[in-house]
Amino acid sequence: MIIANNVTKNYGKLIALDNVSVNCKKGECIILIGPNGSGKTTLIKCILGMAIPDSGFITFNNNNISKDWAYRAAIGYMPQIGKYPEHMTIGQVLTMMKDIRNTEKPLDEDLIKSFKLDGLLNKRMGTLSGGTTQKVSAALAFLFNPAVLILDEPTAGLDPIASEILKEKILAEKDNGKLILVTSHILSDLDDLVTEVIYMQEGKLCFHQSIDKLRDETGEEKLAKAIARVMLEKAN
Amino acid sequence: MKKIVKYIMTDILRSRIMIIYTIVLLATSFTLFSLEDNANKGLLSLLNIILIIVPLFSLLFSTIYIYNSAEFIELLVSQPLQRKSIWQSFSIGLAISLSLAFIIGIGLPVLIFQFNTIGLILIIVGTLLGIIFVAIALWAAVQIRDKAKGIGMAILLWMYFSLLFDGFVLFLLFQFADYPLEKPMILVSALNPIDLGRVLILLQLDISAMMGYTGAIFKDFFGTKLGLSIAFITLLVWVLIPLYFSTRKFIRKDL
Repeated sequence: MIIANNVTKNYGKLIALDNVSVNCKKGECIILIGPNGSGKTTLIKCILGMAIPDSGFITFNNNNISKDWAYRAAIGYMPQIGKYPEHMTIGQVLTMMKDIRNTEKPLDEDLIKSFKLDGLLNKRMGTLSGGTTQKVSAALAFLFNPAVLILDEPTAGLDPIASEILKEKILAEKDNGKLILVTSHILSDLDDLVTEVIYMQEGKLCFHQSIDKLRDETGEEKLAKAIARVMLEKAN
Repeated sequence: MKKIVKYIMTDILRSRIMIIYTIVLLATSFTLFSLEDNANKGLLSLLNIILIIVPLFSLLFSTIYIYNSAEFIELLVSQPLQRKSIWQSFSIGLAISLSLAFIIGIGLPVLIFQFNTIGLILIIVGTLLGIIFVAIALWAAVQIRDKAKGIGMAILLWMYFSLLFDGFVLFLLFQFADYPLEKPMILVSALNPIDLGRVLILLQLDISAMMGYTGAIFKDFFGTKLGLSIAFITLLVWVLIPLYFSTRKFIRKDL
């Protein structure tokens, strides 16, 4: 569904993405891992059209995204740090997003209910805690039943109960055949969801492999250990 | 696009500063008109206030609004919306709200006390000036990432257009006093929307006779229908050029 071709992105002298090519298919649940500043968020921003690659291109369902914008209707995005107009209430943000998207499709309000956001509709975004803001972000990402879900550090800042709810929701959507792209540096958190692993370092794509293959090759059951082993082999 | 304009406008019109701005304008214009027994004199005093306050407020308000809406813009960009229409919605929302404040604050009293060609030209020029400086502010705000620098830039731009530019023109006039500069001056006045607005209105008032030979040349040019149309087209160009460049920049901006 999403194909990135030799995408390079510089911020001044800093090379955020260096010739990155990935191919994400329908029904996969891909985890994007790498140390801080390895270009995970930049890659996601390029896919969303929020950052524009210096060279290379990205296609979504075989259409180049650089001239397109309607493709974003098929993406639900949960940012790492959700930023919303401070004076708007949760209810207003939700209504506004529904108004802007204006879809005929049925809405998926599961997360609003399970996160108990419907009781907080009159709260201003500026007064919310980081975790509650994350809950709003998550609810918005899933609200429009998108074919692709892009979640940037979804469990960071959420309490264990909420993060469990979110994980179950991700699992359910994966079984619905959606493409799910998650970034995280906490590996153990999402072990049981993931089908593919992309490892990035210093803007370069180190490897992109299915998790089964990774487990076979390294002989490690745990994702974290398997990746550690691959990195060790690369270093040697 | 209409929906975003609607959200932006309700947001701006609800803000306290906007309401205070309108009330201040309203109070000023009523005071000035009731102080002077001659409505023409009132108009003249009002003109000087418009030429200083309106550009300054438009510049500062728009720049600060854009910086404060950074989160909102980011949210909109990740939605299935065209970047161009997001930026144009912000421009239109700001332009309409500021024009509305101007028309209520200045337009209403002028229409009450001075309902004639001069009054109408004053309202049109003032509204256009507001919109021009919204466009210039948006250009500055999209170019500069840092909020403090951006607001500083807006203030510098205002100083340039309302103070420094006139200084340069005077300097030029004195340096080249031996040459006939009256006609080129018409061209120079097109380089500053505030000056152009001032000339347009002063020429409608009787005092233009006191501006000497240059005044006569100006009157010759701007007094005609053609000259007046050219002046208004120039003011429109002053809206469109910054808008074009800021949109172009915004489409390629990383958020």
